[in-house]
Amino acid sequence: MLVWKIGPASFTSKVHLFWGALAFWDCLLWPFLLPPAPRQSNVVNLEWGLLSYGDSLSFPGWCCLTGPSEDGGLFLSWGSLALPGSSTMFLLLPFDSLIVNLLGISLTVLFTLLLVFIIVPAIFGVSFGIRKLYMKTLLKIFAWATLRMERGAKEKNHQLYKPYTNGIIAKDPTSLEEEIKEIRRSGSSKALDNTPEFELSDIFYFCRKGMETIMDDEVTKRFSAEELESWNLLSRTNYNFQYISLRLTVLWGLGVLIRYCFLLPLRIALAFTGISLLVIGTTVVGYLPNGRFKEFLSKHVHLMCYRICVRALTAIITYHDRENRPRNGGICVANHTSPIDVIILASDGYYAMVGQVHGGLMGVIQRAMVKACPHVWFERSEVKDRHLVAKRLTEHVQDKSKLPILIFPEGTCINNTSVMMFKKGSFEIGATVYPVAIKYDPQFGDAFWNSSKYGMVTYLLRMMTSWAIVCSVWYLPPMTRETDEDAVQFANRVKSAIARQGGLVDLLWDGGLKREKVKDTFKEEQQKLYSKMIVGNHEDRSRS
Amino acid sequence: MGSRGSHAARIPDADSIRRETGFSQASLLRLYHRFRALDRNKKGYLSRVDLQQIGALAVNPLGDRIIDSFFPDGNLRVDFPGFVRVLAHFRPVDEDDSSMRDPKEPEPLNSRMNKLRFAFQLYDLDRDGKISRHEMLQVLRLMVGVQVTEEQLESIADRTVQEADEDGDGAVSFLEFTKSLEKMDIEQKMSIRILK
Repeated sequence: MLVWKIGPASFTSKVHLFWGALAFWDCLLWPFLLPPAPRQSNVVNLEWGLLSYGDSLSFPGWCCLTGPSEDGGLFLSWGSLALPGSSTMFLLLPFDSLIVNLLGISLTVLFTLLLVFIIVPAIFGVSFGIRKLYMKTLLKIFAWATLRMERGAKEKNHQLYKPYTNGIIAKDPTSLEEEIKEIRRSGSSKALDNTPEFELSDIFYFCRKGMETIMDDEVTKRFSAEELESWNLLSRTNYNFQYISLRLTVLWGLGVLIRYCFLLPLRIALAFTGISLLVIGTTVVGYLPNGRFKEFLSKHVHLMCYRICVRALTAIITYHDRENRPRNGGICVANHTSPIDVIILASDGYYAMVGQVHGGLMGVIQRAMVKACPHVWFERSEVKDRHLVAKRLTEHVQDKSKLPILIFPEGTCINNTSVMMFKKGSFEIGATVYPVAIKYDPQFGDAFWNSSKYGMVTYLLRMMTSWAIVCSVWYLPPMTRETDEDAVQFANRVKSAIARQGGLVDLLWDGGLKREKVKDTFKEEQQKLYSKMIVGNHEDRSRS
Repeated sequence: MGSRGSHAARIPDADSIRRETGFSQASLLRLYHRFRALDRNKKGYLSRVDLQQIGALAVNPLGDRIIDSFFPDGNLRVDFPGFVRVLAHFRPVDEDDSSMRDPKEPEPLNSRMNKLRFAFQLYDLDRDGKISRHEMLQVLRLMVGVQVTEEQLESIADRTVQEADEDGDGAVSFLEFTKSLEKMDIEQKMSIRILK
């Protein structure tokens, strides 16, 4: 492979990067390619911007690319482009027709350029800035779309449905005692020297509270996708179908085309590349003898593959306070919205994963990963045994050479508007806890996995056909358990810190309410509070 | 794809529901969304289980009684009109309602009388129009759970019935109930305001 430049030496750094990337990509693929029949290629035209492809039956083809340089001069390069896809194409259609050639050329160019722009920067952690531009353009389009819909609604003299994130009813945040006292005060004509024991009107408090929860409660809405205030050109988030004008429909159709025919195949190709590189890379690293070099290599293989997966989802992530990133011997806890959280965190740091052993593709990935560096995988039967789990996790954190553990204590996916109860298991271990808050911006694609509605494959497809996944990650300063705190209080303290940072609602409810009924102990608390009001006073009365 | 689309025209019998309950179009839309969110299996109606799954309702001591009020006459399902009809009792009272109302039309669902009647029905299980001492005991037991002894509860129930009972029949009728609560600001205490 040759890369040769002629012409004025002043190029933009991005062009350098492009050629470097091309060269690197080629080096990667070299072992997989047949040695080329050394034909002189049909390099026909050296005019601006023309690309010609070599002999269609041999790959890699030789390619000559020309283009303008910054100073108006000419630069000319030789390089070789090779892509498994194009070669397959030519193997299937072994005749030299013009259409096949053109198709081959365009496919090759498209995929190679895009992959080069995406995969190689991913490996080195640099960025061209394409995604930010994409985001800005999309935002402008969404704002325009919402305006059109509002106009359409006004013409028909109707109201658009606009969701409220803070609930649809006006609520008073007063306690049980205060409210009942107020009710009694407003109804009672006698002077209140000591509050009476029971009034018929007490029932109003419970009745109204009950009705309020039927109209709007804090928990039910956390298990379905967050509702958006402006439309983002995805049919899955539109509540006001009637007001779409023709122009908007055309725009939406264009969006569908782009998302399904352009972005989706690209993303699937990237995801496939990322996962296969992960499996192959970690298996290869696993054969090395244990030592510093192996650790170094395994960390970087993991990082590289996660970065490719991040690009596969077009995830635009902003990391804040990176100096607080988790260190060895610690536990990293974060709020859980989707399985993608793992990829997002692991592409910016080195973690040891914790989870159940799965079958199928996940199992293959897990087994490969654990060869390169120690992750903690539990068998299904072991998960129920809390002591065993705690023991293994404790062993892992005590070994300072092992990477920090990544855990999601909510236990289930919540829709990213709130943080629910943290299970105390990981807080009992006694290691330093590094909290991380993850907040997604649902405008570009909602990452929440509603596991009762969608399976994993459907979910991934929905992810890959959204515009992008945009999120912010905050690394919070490490926390340790105080001497007078128990595990539950410590868990709640960490949870509040995460909720505050991410701008999420801090709820005490258990995420398990998604599937199970609430425990009776909570009802007993309410009953206790109320009984104090009517019986506590009864005792006073009998004494006086 | 279109499962989330919703508009007043899509709510079945929207106009008649609006007239009957007095909810505005916007409020009705919100309640319709809520109805559909609670209806997890998209059946088109709600059953007891759907309401019991609301965590905050399950911890309410009177939760079961409140759920029962949605299923009168032994029904097992409540559709959207039935759902809204019950919730209409808690609509705040507008000032213009009472002055401009045509006396021949039936009382609006959120009038003072109807709110009181709703509360009365939470006590009066057998719907005989009277709250007996036994029914009073049952409600008290629900509200305090196991925290209070039987004797204490009985004396409370006796005292309450005695205070409210005027005609000496040992039970509290609806009129006696309203009389004992005549000074109460029912309109405010039994109202839930839906945000615009």
